[in-house]
Amino acid sequence: MGKVVVVTSGKGGVGKTTSTAALGAALARNGQKVVVIDFDVGLRNLDLVMGAERRVVFDFVNVVQGAAKLSQALIRDKRVETLFLLPASQTRDKDALTEDGVARVIRDLRPKFDWVICDSPAGIERGATLAMRHADTAIVVTNPEVSSVRDSDRIIGLLDAKTEKAEKGERVDKHLLLTRYDAGRAARGEMLTLEDVLEILSTPLLGIIPESEEILRASNFGSPITISNPSSAPARAYADAARRLRGEAVEMSIPGDKRSILSKLFGRRAA
Amino acid sequence: MRLGFFRRSSAPVARERLQILLEFERRIGGSDLIALLRDEIIAVITKHVTVDPEKIQVKIDRGKTASMLEVDVEVPNSYGALPATVTEAM
Repeated sequence: MGKVVVVTSGKGGVGKTTSTAALGAALARNGQKVVVIDFDVGLRNLDLVMGAERRVVFDFVNVVQGAAKLSQALIRDKRVETLFLLPASQTRDKDALTEDGVARVIRDLRPKFDWVICDSPAGIERGATLAMRHADTAIVVTNPEVSSVRDSDRIIGLLDAKTEKAEKGERVDKHLLLTRYDAGRAARGEMLTLEDVLEILSTPLLGIIPESEEILRASNFGSPITISNPSSAPARAYADAARRLRGEAVEMSIPGDKRSILSKLFGRRAA
Repeated sequence: MRLGFFRRSSAPVARERLQILLEFERRIGGSDLIALLRDEIIAVITKHVTVDPEKIQVKIDRGKTASMLEVDVEVPNSYGALPATVTEAM
């Protein structure tokens, strides 16, 4: 039986979709069978970050409403053959996903995949609660910034209350993924440090992803960073996080992005 | 994509991908010919033969000047029909 993971944050723009794509691809590159699901109905973007936007045939809502079979809606990645995407619908109807429909889709996917990774929309509304509903594991994506940390705290509260596991008196396994981290700025006291964030949220750390130009480059190309540039600092950090997710003990390092240090010295490279 | 001194710049790629995507997304609510063809082709097939929906494979690839719609249908021989592949390009 596969594991259901929700990638969530409360706040928008912290890197949920980027992290979903990067972790999903990292797991799949290691032979795991992975499906990433976009729960952001009306504002889908995981297809774009994965580079599959031209190939969407049917979507999550079509499957939930019975208009298409799950097998018809899943898009297989062209680069990593064990990686699949279930795109969100672009409908404006926010109630298009039903609780029963989502439960059925997750139930169908779980035995077929090693990992079912749910990319949550921002906020704490229906889409976000549906995305976390069936999770065994939660990855809380947080930036070292006050509003992101506050929103993560809200989300952690919801994970302990609104999930299927919580209602059964069990616990969702929660992990913190610190993204857009700039070790230099944290050291100079311009940014919350890792220790600050961990102390405030008291949630175990899955990984630290450095702020990097490579992330924008990857999304421009429509390729998860762990596929397009696996040797880059953020990709290595995501690959380590994926190994920890699988239960491996990988030493935690605070990555410094050499390229960004160089670009500081010599000025920014022209885009 | 590749390391080295002559890395392809990524913004033009992003620009072209967005242009192609938004071109058809703006028509949602209007007509998406590819989606319409997809639905009508499947409707015609299922009108004539009972096919397991899992055996209908649909692929779409939206391009700048043309899009590809590929419908692969496995029609069981027990219906007296030959296995057929229907491919339509816009």
